[in-house]
Amino acid sequence: MAALNIKKGSTSHSAYDLRDFHSDVESSHTLAVLVDNEAGVLARVIGLFSGRGYNIDSLTVAEVDHKGHRSRITIVTRGTMAVIDQIKAQLGRIVPVHEVHDLTLEGQSVERELALFKVAAIGEKRVESLRLADIFRANVVDSTLESFVFEITGTPEKIDAFAELMRPLGLIDVARTGVAALSRGV
Amino acid sequence: MSRQMTGAEMVVQALRDQGVDTIFGYPGGAVLPIYDAIFQQNDIRHILVRHEQAAVHMAEGYARSTGKPGCVLVTSGPGATNAVTGLTDALLDSIPLVVFSGQVPTFMIGTDGFQEADTVGITRPCTKHNWLVKDTDKLAEVIHQGFHVATSGRPGPVLIDIPKDVQFATGTYTGPKTARVDHYQPKLKGDIDAITKLVELMETAERPVFYTGGGVINSGPAACQLMCEMIDATGFPVTSTLMGLGAYPASGKNWLGMLGMHGLYEANLAMHGCDLMINLGARFDDRITGRVADFSPNSTKVHVDIDASSINKVVTVNLPIIGDIGHVLEDALRIWKSRGRKVNKAGLAKWWAQIQEWQAVNCLAYTNSDTVIKPQYALQRLQALTEGRDRYITTEVGQHQMWAAQFLGFEAPNRWMTSGGLGTMGYGFPASIGVQVAHPDALVINVAGEASWLMNMQEMGTATQFRTPVKQFILNNERLGMVRQWQQLLHGERYSHSWSESLPDFVKLAESFGWKGIRCSDPAELDAKIIEMLEYDGPVLFDCLVEKHENCFPMIPSGKPHNEMLLAADAEAFASGATLV
Repeated sequence: MAALNIKKGSTSHSAYDLRDFHSDVESSHTLAVLVDNEAGVLARVIGLFSGRGYNIDSLTVAEVDHKGHRSRITIVTRGTMAVIDQIKAQLGRIVPVHEVHDLTLEGQSVERELALFKVAAIGEKRVESLRLADIFRANVVDSTLESFVFEITGTPEKIDAFAELMRPLGLIDVARTGVAALSRGV
Repeated sequence: MSRQMTGAEMVVQALRDQGVDTIFGYPGGAVLPIYDAIFQQNDIRHILVRHEQAAVHMAEGYARSTGKPGCVLVTSGPGATNAVTGLTDALLDSIPLVVFSGQVPTFMIGTDGFQEADTVGITRPCTKHNWLVKDTDKLAEVIHQGFHVATSGRPGPVLIDIPKDVQFATGTYTGPKTARVDHYQPKLKGDIDAITKLVELMETAERPVFYTGGGVINSGPAACQLMCEMIDATGFPVTSTLMGLGAYPASGKNWLGMLGMHGLYEANLAMHGCDLMINLGARFDDRITGRVADFSPNSTKVHVDIDASSINKVVTVNLPIIGDIGHVLEDALRIWKSRGRKVNKAGLAKWWAQIQEWQAVNCLAYTNSDTVIKPQYALQRLQALTEGRDRYITTEVGQHQMWAAQFLGFEAPNRWMTSGGLGTMGYGFPASIGVQVAHPDALVINVAGEASWLMNMQEMGTATQFRTPVKQFILNNERLGMVRQWQQLLHGERYSHSWSESLPDFVKLAESFGWKGIRCSDPAELDAKIIEMLEYDGPVLFDCLVEKHENCFPMIPSGKPHNEMLLAADAEAFASGATLV
């Protein structure tokens, strides 16, 4: 989006928005979208992102209120402030969407992702993988004489770091859930 | 008031309860139960079209000219896919529609059954919302929700896909009052602090301009009236997008004419030079802004819109106000009056003096001819000969559409139906039938180009069958005029496939459907023949043979800012280098 030249200081006329809208700096935002769990709702959300050319870095979805048929979609996306605002506004006008929260802007939040790592190794590498797993508080959930499956929970950065360390030790497969996030406090 | 009935009967009952009097449609296997229910009642009139795309455009014409939602009934598979262009058109122009499509029985969904298509999947991005109803007990509620969603907030099309077994099965009918309309309740009132700020800006602005759009018309006649009151009371100039024409009367003293790519010189320069832009229900479309980086560089921009996603989408504004135009204007007027009706009189006087200089340029000037009908002249005569009549105009898409917007004056809202956002050739003819169905005694004219008109010409049969006396005023240049114009100006005069080869004899074509056909090629005969068209009680196909190589000016080549617009005189001097999209 091309920036518009507005006189410096003129944003003070604004009733709502005093952030630098013209910044070309992209940042990552975690959005929590509460939706009616009805047929096609995920397709609507995903279709919005592909149709309007937005990025999805991570997406998780599950029903969180079985009685009310409400699902929570957690999306990690990336863009300039203007694009992020547009994404939130576009999400907000999808009919089955009840709430859109930008966890990156709305105070502090916790983000967690779960991953499973399959490491095939014998000898010293096998022992080293166990040691590293211990440091990262990963659990062994499956074991053969030549392999382990580790379960690790943490921020995406922690999981990336674990993957980097496991790769030379014989990492052959990874499954990640994507980010689940909640705001801190009440 | 719940009672037992079949799904098909529910559709008819729900339409009745929603106050629907007309539905446009085409039968087929998957909607036969609904057609059977329609056969057994007299409350709802069914208009049988010749192609489903036209049914949707007719419903758009009906909706745009009445302010009520338009209703459509199509069958599964090809019936639904044919409706897609109309749905997309209605989505982009925010027209409220409720479209019903038949679907294969629920147990066959996913088997690639005969005339099966993933209708909700296909129409998801081109509707405001859609539903596949798998349970007859939920059908009535979904239909009432559909009407609510289509008409609330920013209006738009919805689609309800009904499998055939759901139409046959019996269930409990729920009336509109007891149906849940969910959480979907768009905010109507604007933030009062923001509205007060708008009033403050209005009090001091030296060079203000109102930039109004289709949202004002969607907000309703009361909103249009409030807007006119505010414009006349403040004395601010007003320009409008293509979609907003008629909200402020063309004869009003503050009217600058349409803005944008083919807008008036004074309107575009006022937008470029203003210090306060008040956008009411318009969306900074690329046909309006030209090069965004140079769009109105020195103005404070206020944007009133009911759709939060319209704010800051293309142009960053200083003061967003999210709410219904009518509500916001009511508050703004009240606050402005209570603060003493202040405006910057000295600034405004200078501003109007500047605008009058721009108006003196006479940007719509063209060279008339004694031997060949100029399209602009044809429209000027149409305007002159219909002035004072309550007249409804529809258009197709292209040069004729822009000329109609420039040369016809609209005095009231809901009198101008055109495909703005999607630019759908083939829109105007069916839309004119839809308008005529809604207003049987009104004068309804479709200003068309011959190429657009041919795209939905099959609807001649519909017009004959339902006795809609629509007037088709075709400016026939035997060219795709707008395409030809761009090829001339930007593609080295290589006229790739932009001529209309093998055209029909329009007069004979008209007669073959029981219409009146009129042909005119002589400027001296034009008035008499237009009067003949207007006086004829029945549909008329008017083949107006016009100058073949006329270009539409003014023009802002896209990628250029407002102050670099081309007038007819500049055209020859125009150096290529702009990108047209």
